[in-house]
Amino acid sequence: MSRSASWTVASIRAALLAKKISARELADEYYARIDRRNSELNAYLTLSRDRAYAQADRVDAAVSCGDNLPPLAGVPIAIKDVISTRGIRTTCASKILETYVPPYDATAVGRLDAAGAVFLGKTNCDEFAMGGSNENSAYGPVRNPAAPDRVPGGSSGGSAAAVTADLAVVALGTDTGGSIRQPGSFCGVPGLMPTYGRVSRYGLVAFASSLDKIGPFANNVPDAAAVLSVIAGHDPCDSTSAALPVANYPAEIEQSVTGLRIGVPEEYFADGLDPEVKQRVEAGIALLEKLGCRRVPLKMPHTGYAIAAYYIIATAEASSNLARYDGVRYGLRVPGSTLTEMYRQTRDRGFGPEVKRRIMLGTYALSAGYYDAYYLRAQKVRALIARDFSDAFQKVDAIVTPTAPTPAFRLGEKSADPLQMYLADIYTVTGSLAGVPGISVPCGKTSAGLPVGMQIFGPHFGESRVLQVARAVEHGLH
Amino acid sequence: MKITREEVLRVAELAHLGLSPDEVEIYQKQLDAILSYVDKLNEIDVSAVEPMAQILHPFSVGVITATGGIERKPFDALREDALQPCQIADDVLAQSADSAKPFFRVPKVIDR
Repeated sequence: MSRSASWTVASIRAALLAKKISARELADEYYARIDRRNSELNAYLTLSRDRAYAQADRVDAAVSCGDNLPPLAGVPIAIKDVISTRGIRTTCASKILETYVPPYDATAVGRLDAAGAVFLGKTNCDEFAMGGSNENSAYGPVRNPAAPDRVPGGSSGGSAAAVTADLAVVALGTDTGGSIRQPGSFCGVPGLMPTYGRVSRYGLVAFASSLDKIGPFANNVPDAAAVLSVIAGHDPCDSTSAALPVANYPAEIEQSVTGLRIGVPEEYFADGLDPEVKQRVEAGIALLEKLGCRRVPLKMPHTGYAIAAYYIIATAEASSNLARYDGVRYGLRVPGSTLTEMYRQTRDRGFGPEVKRRIMLGTYALSAGYYDAYYLRAQKVRALIARDFSDAFQKVDAIVTPTAPTPAFRLGEKSADPLQMYLADIYTVTGSLAGVPGISVPCGKTSAGLPVGMQIFGPHFGESRVLQVARAVEHGLH
Repeated sequence: MKITREEVLRVAELAHLGLSPDEVEIYQKQLDAILSYVDKLNEIDVSAVEPMAQILHPFSVGVITATGGIERKPFDALREDALQPCQIADDVLAQSADSAKPFFRVPKVIDR
């Protein structure tokens, strides 16, 4: 019931070319399913039928003219609501941007448009991508299609849920501290965080600029690779996007994993890891060994400091980035007698509790007298965590860990205690700080039927390798 | 307490957030718990470590070598400072709660 994925990027292409279905009929099929299930799951905040059907018609015209079809022709896609879409409301799941309609597409979105994708709509998430359960959305939580009393993970919970429930073939999410990988793990679908700089951030509403990445969710690893091939690459509008050539990921991921050295860091298998999650991930590692990989025990000694460093750096950057929401240029404005009063009223009314908490923490960490003790120290610890990774990649080709210490937790279970919620990010924030690519790939289920995710890290710009190992796990477990 | 009530109020003022008395109390408690946890960063000697503000040096990119390591190669990160036509002023102003082309309007800032 959780996964009924009927279409893949490849099967859509074949069906379009064989004229078995039109892109418009495919969009109809997905909208019918969304109309049936979205009120229960709350995965979508906005549907963009006008743009979707215009895109579908463009694909159908190309088919009937016999033109070459672009790589994602007719593929119905969901886009996380922190990524700008021209003419389609983009709320960041916040009241402060409830009516905001971007005048331009993010670069990743523009590339998907040019590649023939069909934009079904914008997906729910934690407000400004801040959270690990999707319970911080101003528009209500998303439910996990695999277990409706549980969270889908966050912050990209709507994108993960949409793909899992087949309300989209693929989806874009964003990952700052685990926001693609952890919901991928909780819902049971692959979710890829690319290397920092692999995908342009232009048009991604900024949360923490040194950590934010856009990446895909899909029902299988090849589809995630197909989306990455389209959205990756240098962009003059983002000076941190890398000018490295983009690999043909769908072709490279089918290579054999025989001979690869798989690092298993002991710090990720210590206290606090759910025994069933541990067992499933160990079984995944055993599978890789059976396929000819060599298991290499690792020590990554600064792992235990990653959450502390992450929550200082990310909130400091957020406090600065979110200063722009002042009621002047866009979004909510609550009138005040003075300019300062207007700022304060607008922000007070427009931001939810978690966003305020992070702005306060970040402002504190950057304020006079505390900068050295918190922000500067966190940046130094970040360098040590990055060194753990570069040292490890001298010895191994990929690193394999659990994605999250537990399977999906219940709605409301952690929402009263922000620190407990932060601690659940323990295995994902390390790679975020180091800027390496990481994927969560489904790795079996617990006895209660909850999905478990295996996380695979690769060296900077090693997306092919990460996808290749994920593909082997996906293939071997089915 | 790692953070006093006065500090919470001061931080809220810096961040242009107006907090209710209840919120001040909750945030003080929650920020205190988080900052106490963050204290573990003091366990590490970082005296010889350079702070890391960016993953990749802005003027270099990483290239994967044959052995799987990463090599830094310089590249020209800065683009030409060339003017390009940009006709979105109306769209941009339309997003504001109060605008009068070509301006955003706000409450009076300076009395004279």
